[in-house]
Amino acid sequence: MVLADELAKQQRSISVAEFFEKNKHLLGFDSPTRGVITTIKEAVDNSLDACEEAQVLPDIFISIKKTGNDLFRIIVEDNGPGITPAQVPFVFGKLLYGSRFHQIRQTRGQQGIGISAAVLYAQLTSGLPTIVISRTGAKEPAHRFEIQIKIETNEPDIIAQEPFEWDRIHGTRVQIEFKSTMAAKKKLLEYLRYTSVVNPHARFRVELDDEAFTFERVSQEVIVCPVSIQPHPHGIELGQFKRMAAASDQNLIDFLVEGFSRVGKKIAQDMCDRAGLKSTLKAKGLSADQQKVLLAAMQEIAVPAPPISQCLSPIGEELIRRGLDKEFQMDFVAARTRATSVFSGHPFMVEAAIGYGGKLTSEGNAVILRFANRVPLMYQQGACAITECIMNVNWKAYNLSQQGLPMGPVLILVHVASTNVPFTSESKDAIASISEIEKEIVLALQDLGRELKNFVSRRDKNKLAEDRARAVCAIIPEIAEKVSEIVEKPLIDTTPIEGKLMKKLIAKKATRNGKVTLELANYSSYDGEITVYDISADDAADAVPKADFVSEMDGQFTKVWKMVIPPKTVWHAEYSGKGGGILDVRGIDDNKKMVVDLDV
Amino acid sequence: MSKEELEKKALVSLLNIASAWYDQMKSGEIPSISLPTRTKYNIEFDDASEVWKYGDKESMRTAASAKSATHLLKMAYVIAFIKQQLAENRSSTLREMYYISEGWKRAKFGAQDESNFLIEDLEILSEVPREGFHLHPEENGASIYGPMRIREETRRGMKTLHCQDDVGQAGYTIPNNVENIEFVDHDAKFVIAIETGGMYDRLIENGFDEEHNAILVHLKGQPARSTRRMLNRISTTWDLPILVFTDGDPWSYRIYGSVAYGAIKSAHMSEMLATPKAQFLGLQPSDIRDYNLPSDKLSDKDIEALRSELTDPRFATDYWKKEINLQIEMGLKSEQQAFAARGLDFVTKKYLPDRLSEMGII
Repeated sequence: MVLADELAKQQRSISVAEFFEKNKHLLGFDSPTRGVITTIKEAVDNSLDACEEAQVLPDIFISIKKTGNDLFRIIVEDNGPGITPAQVPFVFGKLLYGSRFHQIRQTRGQQGIGISAAVLYAQLTSGLPTIVISRTGAKEPAHRFEIQIKIETNEPDIIAQEPFEWDRIHGTRVQIEFKSTMAAKKKLLEYLRYTSVVNPHARFRVELDDEAFTFERVSQEVIVCPVSIQPHPHGIELGQFKRMAAASDQNLIDFLVEGFSRVGKKIAQDMCDRAGLKSTLKAKGLSADQQKVLLAAMQEIAVPAPPISQCLSPIGEELIRRGLDKEFQMDFVAARTRATSVFSGHPFMVEAAIGYGGKLTSEGNAVILRFANRVPLMYQQGACAITECIMNVNWKAYNLSQQGLPMGPVLILVHVASTNVPFTSESKDAIASISEIEKEIVLALQDLGRELKNFVSRRDKNKLAEDRARAVCAIIPEIAEKVSEIVEKPLIDTTPIEGKLMKKLIAKKATRNGKVTLELANYSSYDGEITVYDISADDAADAVPKADFVSEMDGQFTKVWKMVIPPKTVWHAEYSGKGGGILDVRGIDDNKKMVVDLDV
Repeated sequence: MSKEELEKKALVSLLNIASAWYDQMKSGEIPSISLPTRTKYNIEFDDASEVWKYGDKESMRTAASAKSATHLLKMAYVIAFIKQQLAENRSSTLREMYYISEGWKRAKFGAQDESNFLIEDLEILSEVPREGFHLHPEENGASIYGPMRIREETRRGMKTLHCQDDVGQAGYTIPNNVENIEFVDHDAKFVIAIETGGMYDRLIENGFDEEHNAILVHLKGQPARSTRRMLNRISTTWDLPILVFTDGDPWSYRIYGSVAYGAIKSAHMSEMLATPKAQFLGLQPSDIRDYNLPSDKLSDKDIEALRSELTDPRFATDYWKKEINLQIEMGLKSEQQAFAARGLDFVTKKYLPDRLSEMGII
């Protein structure tokens, strides 16, 4: 008894804030470097969600400035709908306070922990309050708050509040200052870049100390804000069910029909019958046992899949392509948006994209971009179901090399959108493995793999044609020259061979004994005007025929000739010089011309 | 064929290749050339000459891809190079030519294998051995020792040499170009071609050549072209029996095979390089048993090689079947020098005289 009494003295309730103070890693604040990214991520998520709800194109400004030893000031400002002065303290100064927790639709933030956790983190590391400025419209004044969290009670502590002159008509600005380092700068820019890829309607301006970056929007269309739906009977747990029953004053059948999606009178009646309960009973009056029986019965009755069209907001194939195109210059991009499907009563949708070539590095593993509800997942790549799925696809079948992950100049994007994304932990870094989701991801990737393979083989085919053209245009004349020398006969003109093989306009540049020769042979049927640009260190003053136009820049002369070369005729120009440089032909389709530098 | 005839033939055939390309291009065609496919799937045993030759399979190289066009370009450069070399009466090694190609820009060779292979292609096309192009390998020829007299054209004029009296202890070194040698006379009854230097030296030291009027040839492992050509010429000029004396393992039997029947890489020259009359002297698997020689166990690879020899037409005789099966059964192999276990004189006083009289040579 004595011991129990002793223990009882130490037993008391723990505030949520206290709990999170001790468990920072659960929210992504496990290290100072990560703190910066998590804070910006939470603030940006909120801004994007808010803009979406208000149907405005997001214009988000982010600034990170070093203010002292290890101290960093982070500012995130948006053009969203703003927050009413009464709500501001709760949104920023109370953990687990939010508007979206009880709604069933796709949102970025969910639990209402993120930004207030950053406020708490600032308070713990720098001791400084968070400054929030918000304005809800032209007619309303802006308000400025200095906020902290009362750790023991998880209630907001308003240190200062005053009206504020703000040039923005509506929007919110958060300023948080905490101890950190900028070691993760690269990761931070990566995060913003990825965010910009999946939010092509948003513009981000970033100031990192003295550097400025802009991630421009590529789409002027406002995203249609997903609409909330009722919970699906197959996706509900006992706790939520109890809350819903307690709040209801309806009889069972109406409670089921109105409280859940896809439940009609007949299905509701079946559920009551299966549970052995009268449909006229009041939902509020059910005993705990009856609730359990009814919930079990609800799982057994077949119910159509939840409505999906309104509650999810896919990015769309076209916008994914444009977003990727903007941030990664690649030779090939394909995207897939899979049809919506359902896991445990939660609607979800998978989108994926593959990019290839261009500026991607050909060394090492593919670049993997993971997203959940339009939010990039930056950490724990190895623990994520998306990574697992990518590794399970046999990329060798699509002519990519693979060691676990595919290798080479490849980028793979996977976006999972759901009313309830199943994360492995509260820091929302990795998606848990749910077989329904994994199946969709794999199908999307396989589909894209096939498309990539087609592209690459088509490109190889073009390369082959190119290779042939090079051989014909560059090597055969050399063979001709050597062979003519061996047999001691006049040099053969190889142009007929070229013409036979290629129905193109062939432009050649060759330098021999101090003379540069340009030769354009037209084996195509094109009969229009052609412009030749010859850029090199030679001034071509003695050119025959004379260039129509010559300009000089930094010792490089651009010689321009304009002419019509009728089909089956050849045009020549010659001047003294050393050759080299660039030869370009304009005015004719790319696939109808071929430029060969014989000196290379 | 005399040296002059060979060079003339080389020049004519190479110019023919170039002329064919010239005519092709002149009439607006893409230049091309066809070559026998040089893989083991296109090697056939020619029953008439009893040597290995390339079969009928040909592959066409057309300058319509960068790779093939570059190949033709390289060939043109090499032809021009050989033409010049013949005109100036100079010669170079295969390796020197490879280095000379450094200055050929697009036609430069990536590795020496590539240039060697191209020379072999030209040998096939022209039916002239590379000596006719004034090209020779860099490795030394092997040595020869015995009662024979040859006349060789050297940079210091014609020289007549007796291969016992006029040479050092190690014998006469076979030159790269055996075509320049004239076979004057000999006092030999047979020729023994020996795989290892140790056994070659043992026979010279023991005076085996004098005692039995034997010409001794050191093969130096898998014999070089010039060594095989030398044996071929001795055999055809003087009609002497050629006996091949190697270690007693499957790889050494293949040395005998290439001396007697030719090799894949030089199948186009088998008639000049192979000596179908050459006989296998030893070391026979039955010798390991009969003389109780020190031996090693056969490895898995050895057994595999022996089994593949059982299906090889070059070894499709009752003699080889019996010996190879015996060896597989015993699971043993021995080196030539294992005879030393019975005393240094054993091989020259006992083994060789017995074996040679069994073969009807002495």
